[in-house]
Amino acid sequence: MSNMKLTLHIWRQRNANDTGTFETHTVEANEHMSFLEMLDVLNQGLIEQKKIPVAFEHDCREGICGACSMVINGRPHGLLGGTTVCQLHMRFFKDGDHIWVEPFRAKAFKVIRDLVVDRSSFDRIIQAGGYVSVNTGGTPDGNAIPIEKDIASQSMDAAACIGCGACVAACPNGSAMLFTAAKASHLGLLPQGEVENSRRVQAMVHQHDKEGFGRCSNTYACEAECPKEISVTNIARLNRWYLKSSLGSNV
Amino acid sequence: MKILDGKVPPGPIATKWEQYKSTIPLVSPNNKLRLDVIVVGTGLAGAAAAASLGELGYNVKCFTFHDSPRRAHSIAAQGGINAAKNYQNDGDSIHRLFYDTVKGGDYRAREGNVHRLAECSTSIIDQCVAQGVPFAREYGGLLENRSFGGVQVSRTFYARGQTGQQLLLGAYQALSRQIALGTVTMYNRHEMMDVVLIDGKARGIIARNLLNGELERHSAHCVIMATGGYGNVFYLSTNAMGCNVSAAWRAVRQGAYMANPCFTQIHPTCIPVSGDYQSKLTLMSESLRNDGRIWVPKSKEDAEAIRTGKKKAIDLTEDQRDYFLERRYPAFGNLVPRDVASRAAKVACDEGHGVNATGLAVYLDFEAAIQRYGKSEAGNQGNHNPDAATIRKLGEAKVEELYGNLFEMYEKITGDDPYKTPMMIYPAIHYTMGGLWVDYNLETNIPGLFALGECNFSDHGANRLGASALMQGLADGYFVIPYTVGTFLANEIRTPRFSTDSPEFVATEKAVDDRIKALMNVQGNESVENFHRRLGHIMWDYCGMARNEEGLKKALVMIRELRAEFHKNVFVPGSDRDFNPELEKAYRVADFMEMGELMVMDALTRNESCGGHFREEYTADNEAKRNDEEYAYVSAWEWTDLNAAPTLHKEPLKFEYVELKTRSYK
Repeated sequence: MSNMKLTLHIWRQRNANDTGTFETHTVEANEHMSFLEMLDVLNQGLIEQKKIPVAFEHDCREGICGACSMVINGRPHGLLGGTTVCQLHMRFFKDGDHIWVEPFRAKAFKVIRDLVVDRSSFDRIIQAGGYVSVNTGGTPDGNAIPIEKDIASQSMDAAACIGCGACVAACPNGSAMLFTAAKASHLGLLPQGEVENSRRVQAMVHQHDKEGFGRCSNTYACEAECPKEISVTNIARLNRWYLKSSLGSNV
Repeated sequence: MKILDGKVPPGPIATKWEQYKSTIPLVSPNNKLRLDVIVVGTGLAGAAAAASLGELGYNVKCFTFHDSPRRAHSIAAQGGINAAKNYQNDGDSIHRLFYDTVKGGDYRAREGNVHRLAECSTSIIDQCVAQGVPFAREYGGLLENRSFGGVQVSRTFYARGQTGQQLLLGAYQALSRQIALGTVTMYNRHEMMDVVLIDGKARGIIARNLLNGELERHSAHCVIMATGGYGNVFYLSTNAMGCNVSAAWRAVRQGAYMANPCFTQIHPTCIPVSGDYQSKLTLMSESLRNDGRIWVPKSKEDAEAIRTGKKKAIDLTEDQRDYFLERRYPAFGNLVPRDVASRAAKVACDEGHGVNATGLAVYLDFEAAIQRYGKSEAGNQGNHNPDAATIRKLGEAKVEELYGNLFEMYEKITGDDPYKTPMMIYPAIHYTMGGLWVDYNLETNIPGLFALGECNFSDHGANRLGASALMQGLADGYFVIPYTVGTFLANEIRTPRFSTDSPEFVATEKAVDDRIKALMNVQGNESVENFHRRLGHIMWDYCGMARNEEGLKKALVMIRELRAEFHKNVFVPGSDRDFNPELEKAYRVADFMEMGELMVMDALTRNESCGGHFREEYTADNEAKRNDEEYAYVSAWEWTDLNAAPTLHKEPLKFEYVELKTRSYK
């Protein structure tokens, strides 16, 4: 097991109104730790010195809950493609490295503390229309409507979004189009969700803009940084649906 | 000691629920608008309940400590969800799912509840499909199934290795729709700190706003808890970091009974522990046992050589390997239930056959599956004499299609490629069958306080079968509580809304505040994390995969000492009226200490081995030995005063439709 000594430049900010600054710490890690376990070691040290630990969001530590959210050396979730911070292991770093750790920065993601940001705007985009309007009960048999395997698979590709916000942090415009499009595609591709597709895409895009997310200018940075490798094809699909539904005719 | 009544309605088991449903009093739509319901937790059970009750017209307030309802730990379930659809024509039925679940639970679950669960299972699939859950499908467009541990039919529905995520997103979206419609008010980043009782009924909660630390009073006509399990008592588990017992434990301290706390599930296929810094364990889905073969080296010398790096797994020939599950359980092989598979792995390692540096790991090998799939795929392509490279290429592609994301996750964490070298796995704490005692209506012994999902104890007995947790969470939330809550609320239609200025709210809030201040004021020298880790070690060593009287008694003393030390020497930085994740951990760990003690006491009083509870003194032929004469009951512990011993109440279990047998998978 190889050990390493790292220098962390880590963002500290008391709240949204504070200007915030980088704080420098050294920490000893080994290659088997996850990045978050390395931060646990840092925090343990801070607590031993009776200091306030660095706040960061995390929960499942299996790459699925979407809680963890930080920019490492300029990249959301760090250097490894298709990976959340919690699944990034220290063997990808080496002894003596300087690592810069920042929160996901976007106009619509206010900083709560240090690396913790407010992503409730994502919930509101879903509330605007990211669902199928069925109540509990009275639904037809699961096999009543066959769905082409490939379509179900494309829907699943989009549904894999974990709502972490890396797409927003990566985007020079702070756009959440990949997040919005992933949900629109997940539902709109399926016969169950297709029914209210027009209404859905209009409502979700409207809410997206209202939350202060920027417009998409096709830099594809979102796709490159998405830990679930959600494709920008979904954005193209959303744009097509949005345009179609904006024309005001279903004919 | 009281004898508890599960209030299972009369009638034949197959029609009990249908008949009972039609007799539950209804609440008219205009009255529903006047009734407030608090739902705590937004996992499968909580989100499904909040959405469904909102749809019915109740005025719902829903709470989660997460930043969004979508982050609840149900999201991490991988393998699938069971349902007795019998789409595969392989002999499945509601009765068989019922039977498998009772047997799988080692005959310690309530028959009536389990049968209802099996009945609801089919509606769950329909509901989720209608919500747009992208389940795996066949080329013909119909739903695909796979098999899972402990059963001999294929009844598991799945969405790649992310079934929990997709089901939770379905429930989260249904909940979001109700939030938008205004029937549900959502309180994110709010943690339930206590339940408020007025005249003995649950009428509200004290919540802590985690953003600013303020305590808030919320009233309602009833409180539904769907706050998950307590696996994190063990510190290292497959639970998310935030999973905790506090909401349920606070209910216990207010008089609710905790049932079967010693029934904890150890999942056989997790990535082994690699070091002291480790914060959690990662599950590798049980579905891997469909195709993976579990083995250790036959000789201890080979195992030693592998541990020290002198040999590799692939250096060992077939006859140097012990496929111990296939050897010991020929009928089920690698698909034995979780408790059986876990213990077998422990035995192999305890006897010196473990394969990683710590000696606590066994192999999960896909080579045979790669070869088998490779040949069959080649045949499909008309190549009936494929070379080794072609077989491997096609076989790996098929395995990737089935388990790609799991293999990827394994490689990310360990740095090993499981297509080339067998995975190393070891059992870890995964699920807790025990939980708040509830009757058939899912109501605890406190009127108006309900518990759903993993938070209650009701359906899995002493061992849960794979792909049944999602089924239970959704059944409770979508299809049970919307009916059974009527048994309580139909009598409350004249009850006006509750003021939060009542003495009960004031007193409960003060008690919470005092508890928090006491923790803040310790200002000791040891971190919360250290205490939690120490508690976990005690629990794992003495109340884990194997237990005995001597160890449990020792653990009892150790936990009490640790608890005393915690309250004298813990250090919580920052302030209580502020965003303070360390303080959150501190009050959760304080509750884990008390819960841990109760688990040990429960394990001590249950002098038998059943399911996840394996007492070394009670075995026959190296297998667990149940004692139905004396222990066919649910233990329900009352413990409001920590200075006194807890009181054990019992609910006797009657088995009318399933014959009690020694559970055999041989």
